[in-house]
Amino acid sequence: MPSVTMTVNGKQVSGDVEGRTLLSTFIRENLDLTGTHIGCDTSQCGACVVHVDGRSIKSCTLLAVQAEGADVVTIEGLADGEELHPMQEAFRDCHGLQCGFCTPGMVMSAVDLLNVNPDPSDHEIREWLEGNICRCTGYHNIVKAVKQAAQTMRGQAAAAE
Amino acid sequence: MHDFQYHKPSSVADAVAALGSGEDATLVAGGMTLIPTLKQRLAAPSDLVDLSGVADLVGVRDKGDHVEIGAMTTHAAVAASPDVPGCLAELAGNIGDAQVRNRGTIGGSVANNDPTACYPSACLALNATIVTNSREIAADDYFTGMFETALEEGEIITAIRFPKPEAGKYMKFENPASRYALVGVFVAKTGGQVRVAVTGAGQDGVFRATDIESALSSNFSPDAVDSSTIDVDGLNGDIHASAEYRQHLIGVMAKRAVAACA
Ligand SMILES: Cc1cc2nc3c(=O)[nH]c(=O)nc-3n(C[C@H](O)[C@H](O)[C@H](O)COP(=O)(O)OP(=O)(O)OC[C@H]3O[C@@H](n4cnc5c(N)ncnc54)[C@H](O)[C@@H]3O)c2cc1C
Ligand code: FES
Ligand code: FES
Repeated sequence: MPSVTMTVNGKQVSGDVEGRTLLSTFIRENLDLTGTHIGCDTSQCGACVVHVDGRSIKSCTLLAVQAEGADVVTIEGLADGEELHPMQEAFRDCHGLQCGFCTPGMVMSAVDLLNVNPDPSDHEIREWLEGNICRCTGYHNIVKAVKQAAQTMRGQAAAAE
Repeated sequence: MHDFQYHKPSSVADAVAALGSGEDATLVAGGMTLIPTLKQRLAAPSDLVDLSGVADLVGVRDKGDHVEIGAMTTHAAVAASPDVPGCLAELAGNIGDAQVRNRGTIGGSVANNDPTACYPSACLALNATIVTNSREIAADDYFTGMFETALEEGEIITAIRFPKPEAGKYMKFENPASRYALVGVFVAKTGGQVRVAVTGAGQDGVFRATDIESALSSNFSPDAVDSSTIDVDGLNGDIHASAEYRQHLIGVMAKRAVAACA
């Protein structure tokens, strides 16, 4: 059985897996980090999005062995202790979720968007979130939340300079 | 998913050797097509050979009159590259969604030759060359049918070379659920020659619309598309769109592409 070692939310973890074990399975079942959700088996819904080496990817479409040595961040790794990440805060403020199933993937995907584009337009946000399907909100408040988080984070970046 | 033996070679030569060692070994690049296929048990390889450890296969190289894109270059990297012709970067930036673009590769897309994929149309319209570990294949000889290519068993795509066009544009009418092309038309003018490739519509996969090409050669304008015929025979009809609707969309997408080139 292959063994894998990677960094998840800043901590080094390892485990024995099968070649076929998906990263999402490893995260949920070996590490008990169940914030990463599984909403489909066709790589289309985005509920499973995590960051691997700083970029958002679908953890249901990556083998755990392919993440050997990688730096992985899941939804559990976003907050700073008790303090929510600005994206999480904005989803709460703007009512960017209802049932919450899509939310971890939405948030992780949106954080990656702001890494590549700190000031996206509504249209750019909607295009970026194409791979994240939400069956509840109708997306409007999600877009609002991402805009608010972008504004907060630009403010924080400016204050840090 | 059935289990398999996983290999991660660091050179093309080692990848070729690993492919030869298993009884039914398969390459994995970005995995965006292969892993869903394995999950559905539509394939059950004995061995998986991961190309992501082969550093030589990644990157865009500007070669003057053409660009060479390494097989393992992701769609996101192609979209963001200043060295890639704009029409090709834009195509890459509209494939699937952001997460698919962060993993999916040009080599995987061209190897797979999905009849609704975007890159095959760019290869045909830009008259690209598919470079493998053993030879160079002209795009015209490479795409041989739906999910079929000229690749031999165990052959690995290492790069794709695209001549730089004077003008080019890819117009995709997306399937709103899958984001693949319901119909995609790539129009390009390179060295004075016009080539038009159609994806998403053909029963045998991507093809060149030669009648539109000759009409555009004498008059490079959207009106010229109206005077050419698009044969409905050979077009695909399914739950998403009838063959007649695809025939209509080819004309519309071709006209929009030409208009955007002008
Ligand atoms: C939700 C979703 C939406 C998508 N939308 C689009 C779209 O709009 N347009 C589009 O074009 N595509 C789309 N795709 C497909 C995507 O572009 C894939 O990334 C691509 O088709 C395959 O590339 P890959 O690197 O993931 O290859 P893999 O899945 O790893 O491999 C695909 C096949 O190619 C073979 N292969 C891989 N690399 C090589 C190589 N170097 N040499 C020889 N054989 C090789 C593998 O053995 C395998 O058989 C979508 C996919 C998903 C999941
Ligand atoms: S679980 Fe649906 S895309 Fe990963
Ligand atoms: S909040 Fe229910 S799926 Fe998005």
